[in-house]
Amino acid sequence: MNAYVGTPTSRVDGRAKVTGSAKYAGEFTAAGLLQGFVVEATIPRGRIARLDTGEALKVKGVIDVFTHANRPQLADRDEAWKDEVAPEGSPFRPLYDETIKFNGQPIALVVAQDWETAKFAATLVRVDYEQQPFVTDLEAELGSAAELDKPHEPRGDAASALAKAAVRHEADYVIPTEHHNPMELYATTAVWEGDGRLTVYDKTQGVQNVHKFLCGVFDKNPDDIRVVSPYVGGAFGSGLRPQYQVVLATLAALALKRSVRVVLTRQQMYGLGYRPMTIEHVALGAAADGALDAVSHEAIAVSSRYEDFARNDAGWAEQLYRSSNSRSSHKLVHLDVSTPCDMRAPGAASGVCALECAMDELAVALKLDPVELRLKCYSDRDQSEDLPYSSKQLRECYARGADAFGWSKRNPEPRSMRDGKELVGWGMATGVWEALQMPVAARIVLTSNGHAEVSCAASDIGTGTYTIVAQVAADALGLPIENISVRLADSTLPQAPVEGGSWMAASSAHAVLAAAEDIRRELAALAKSMPGSPLGGVDATDVTLVDGTIAHNGEHSHSVSIADAMRHGGLERIEKEKLNRFDEDKSHARNTHSAVFAEVKVDEELGVVRVTRVVSAVAAGRILNTKTGRSQIMGSVVWGIGMALHEETVMDHRFGRIMNANIAEYHIPVNADVYDIDVIFVDERDDLINRLGVKGIGEIGIVGVPAAIANAVYHATGKRIRRFPITLDKLLD
Amino acid sequence: MNNFQYSRATDVADAIRLLNSDPDAKLIAGGTNLIDLMKENVERPSRLIDISRLPLGKIEETAQGGLRIGALVPNSDLAYHPQVEQRYPLLASAILAGASAQLRNMASVAGNLMQRTRCAYFYDTATPCNKRSPGSGCSAVGGHNRNHAILGASPSCIATYPSDMCVALAALGALVHIAGPTGERRIALEDFHRLPGDTPHIDTNLGASEMIIAIELPPGGFSRNYSYLKVRDRLSYAFALISVAAALNLEGNAISEARLALGGVAHKPWRSLEAEQSLRGRAATADHFAHAADLLLQGASAASHNRFKIELARRAIVRTMMQAASAAPQSQAHKKIA
Ligand SMILES: Cc1cc2nc3c(=O)[nH]c(=O)nc-3n(C[C@H](O)[C@H](O)[C@H](O)COP(=O)(O)OP(=O)(O)OC[C@H]3O[C@@H](n4cnc5c(N)ncnc54)[C@H](O)[C@@H]3O)c2cc1C
Ligand code: SF4
Repeated sequence: MNAYVGTPTSRVDGRAKVTGSAKYAGEFTAAGLLQGFVVEATIPRGRIARLDTGEALKVKGVIDVFTHANRPQLADRDEAWKDEVAPEGSPFRPLYDETIKFNGQPIALVVAQDWETAKFAATLVRVDYEQQPFVTDLEAELGSAAELDKPHEPRGDAASALAKAAVRHEADYVIPTEHHNPMELYATTAVWEGDGRLTVYDKTQGVQNVHKFLCGVFDKNPDDIRVVSPYVGGAFGSGLRPQYQVVLATLAALALKRSVRVVLTRQQMYGLGYRPMTIEHVALGAAADGALDAVSHEAIAVSSRYEDFARNDAGWAEQLYRSSNSRSSHKLVHLDVSTPCDMRAPGAASGVCALECAMDELAVALKLDPVELRLKCYSDRDQSEDLPYSSKQLRECYARGADAFGWSKRNPEPRSMRDGKELVGWGMATGVWEALQMPVAARIVLTSNGHAEVSCAASDIGTGTYTIVAQVAADALGLPIENISVRLADSTLPQAPVEGGSWMAASSAHAVLAAAEDIRRELAALAKSMPGSPLGGVDATDVTLVDGTIAHNGEHSHSVSIADAMRHGGLERIEKEKLNRFDEDKSHARNTHSAVFAEVKVDEELGVVRVTRVVSAVAAGRILNTKTGRSQIMGSVVWGIGMALHEETVMDHRFGRIMNANIAEYHIPVNADVYDIDVIFVDERDDLINRLGVKGIGEIGIVGVPAAIANAVYHATGKRIRRFPITLDKLLD
Repeated sequence: MNNFQYSRATDVADAIRLLNSDPDAKLIAGGTNLIDLMKENVERPSRLIDISRLPLGKIEETAQGGLRIGALVPNSDLAYHPQVEQRYPLLASAILAGASAQLRNMASVAGNLMQRTRCAYFYDTATPCNKRSPGSGCSAVGGHNRNHAILGASPSCIATYPSDMCVALAALGALVHIAGPTGERRIALEDFHRLPGDTPHIDTNLGASEMIIAIELPPGGFSRNYSYLKVRDRLSYAFALISVAAALNLEGNAISEARLALGGVAHKPWRSLEAEQSLRGRAATADHFAHAADLLLQGASAASHNRFKIELARRAIVRTMMQAASAAPQSQAHKKIA
């Protein structure tokens, strides 16, 4: 029965959020709670020669100042500091020693009775550095770019195919460093529970990841620490790894045997992870009719000196488009900066942006319609692995998107369309992402009054996990959604990985289904065993749960109420916990796709760009909730507008410091920048991927959007801007 | 943020007495700029003198037929005041082009005049900046200066003054009423802000123990032919790359009086008598406006990243003047540039 799955069900946590009863990590409190404020390094590389906390300690209300010199014991093995999504390398350890590895590195934690006192005392901490030479400029260091592992196995010989191609396009696209800027600040409230035990309220995308990490770093038994994160005000990847404030709050709470809260400032959050700047070199070669013959994509990205953060920027073309020759590589340049981290559609957001701009340029060179070019190289098989897809309705995305947008009315000539003083441009791009799924466990407790509590350690980072879990449970248990309560994001709940990679919707939904299946089985047995049961002779597999009853093939005439069956069995509650694992089926490629169409209007004289329309047609299997799903895609499109036109972390390489570390100067789109966004979910039935045919949509929505906008800007103005963001100065003559 | 004393001024005289007795004290009105700067340790006042409850919140007609606007009138109240909307729509428009609704609700008129530059180095105490720390050097000259000055800058400082409201006030010929230990005085808004020269740490000609008590608008409000155009990096809630306040009196198609002020280009709102006079008696045509633009931009010079602003300013001036001439002012609600 699908009363809820696939419908536009409103968020079950919506009321709690808008009324303020939903509590976030920095809002939990405890008796005698202390407040910590972080002191940061102001140089990118060197050593702390002297750190004087004397003046700070004299301030009334200051309890202690923690530094590398007086910190409590912390693990000394990298393994302990490696969380479940840590890249290769030696993770950063806050307050570990006197080494400075990046600007904004925490070097002291002032703990005081109240936040204002801590913040004031932090200004009194005196630091002398021994500075060391540093480099933070990717473009100045391209010579040191090196490939991580062995290069990806090329297909054919791209170089010679390129040389021979009838039509070629080759260019560098530059994606700047970008920061996530979730609305909620990074925060941890570590509540001292006595006897060395803590409850840690943390802003994170993975409570069990943080739990394991803290136990390792502080050498604690699993029972000593509990990590809770019921609500997250956006994270977008920045909360996948434990951030340093959770270490600092825990360290202080354990040392002082008191509850401690540490909230970072917006500015301090620029010292955490970010989307790394990349230079994407794309070369495409095609026959005169547009058939691709060579694809080459080489990405050069920033990482820190202590970790190798690398994502798949360059491999998408190889997979997506039919071409007998292809190669890709991803190189890193290690700089004196903190390690980048995942940010919505990591790799693809940048790499596919470059690829899809390059495809547009190739279409222009071929005098082909950009959609037609993509259809010319369309592939029903994953080109890299030579596998069929579990489902791929990208063709339909192009068709439905183009139709809704009115693409057929496009005059291909740049600068050919206008509206008064504005040039009008229409551009499009393809989006692609992975459909991943992970082992997740869920517990369902069904009580005889027809209520069920579903619990799982998964986080809801604002994407709607509470809601889809409730929907799936309500359908599987045949109960109204009001009778389902959902508990998430507590490390003591059943197993879940970090919420990322767009895998949580499919993974948590199937965990709930699995646990519900056990409940159904038990209820069926109970119902069958009742004297005179209408289900007596019925095969248990034909029994479903519907409208609070246990019914034969969903029919009320042959049913027993759940309450009666449980009373018969003398049960007040039935509890089932189940870990769901997906088949390790490698026979099919699993991806989501999209086609994005954008209209821009560009003031011809002043270069001001408005993105007046975006149509995003998405094929991502079955959409569990069309309302929250639509919001996901809309939010992603807005972010794509930001990537195209606004977002850029500006660093002064003479100081190795970020110069726009605040949201007044680091621009993201505001309401005025967002006009019509039309989201189309293309039907995509997928019987292979999982029972529900679900793929996950957290990331696909941003991929392709910046390219569609850049291509529209080209179509409007005749100017090809390859260095993002496209600010108006780049469009003036 | 440093520790500071807090006093609530009982009247203007009290505020001035408090200012006079403590050279490191600062007035606080809406706090939208000062508190931000205190949080960054850029401003470190020994004492905050809270003037927000002083009776300086009135908008009154003057004997000369102009308006007197109290120093504490919130920016939004000013923008939506019927007299301002009808008689000085250029001012209303400029205010609404600035900041966000929430900020405009908090921000006072005097605070807006006194707001400091948004130069990123000024905000970052880990970098040299002559304005924040005289003699330490100007990081912007050899650094990021995409939105820095193209006019009136000095080797010591190339910062811009970010206010929108004051660009309109400059065009309208407003006066600033000031109270100090020795009484009251008035100064033209145009003379209120200073060029950086060798003393970029001094933004204005306001004396150390003086405070702004009001702004006065002369009777002429250019309510028919005006426009305020702000060109920025996103469509709202961003400081100007270039802003233009244009006001005309027309007789037929002939210009009898022109006002033209630029924001985002210098350490103060930028006007030129020569440019305005060049338009007197001329027809309201794009060519004449372009000529005036050239006069206004005389001496413009770029730093390493802001050359585009010179041409952008020229085009924006012509465009805004044309909007004014055709009585089709730029809407601040609809972001399409008319
Ligand atoms: C995110 C952001 C975006 C913004 N965007 C814009 C924009 O686009 N355009 C724009 O124009 N502005 C913008 N602003 C600036 C805003 O207009 C100013 O912060 C505001 O006008 C300051 O007024 P206030 O009353 O809050 O001043 P306060 O912060 O209270 O004071 C500012 C200064 O004025 C002094 N002062 C206050 N009253 C007096 C007085 N009576 N006499 C003498 N000195 C006095 C104070 O001592 C202090 O030095 C923005 C601000 C922020 C935070
Ligand atoms: S331009 Fe002025 S404010 Fe900016 S760094 Fe230079 S001196 Fe400081």
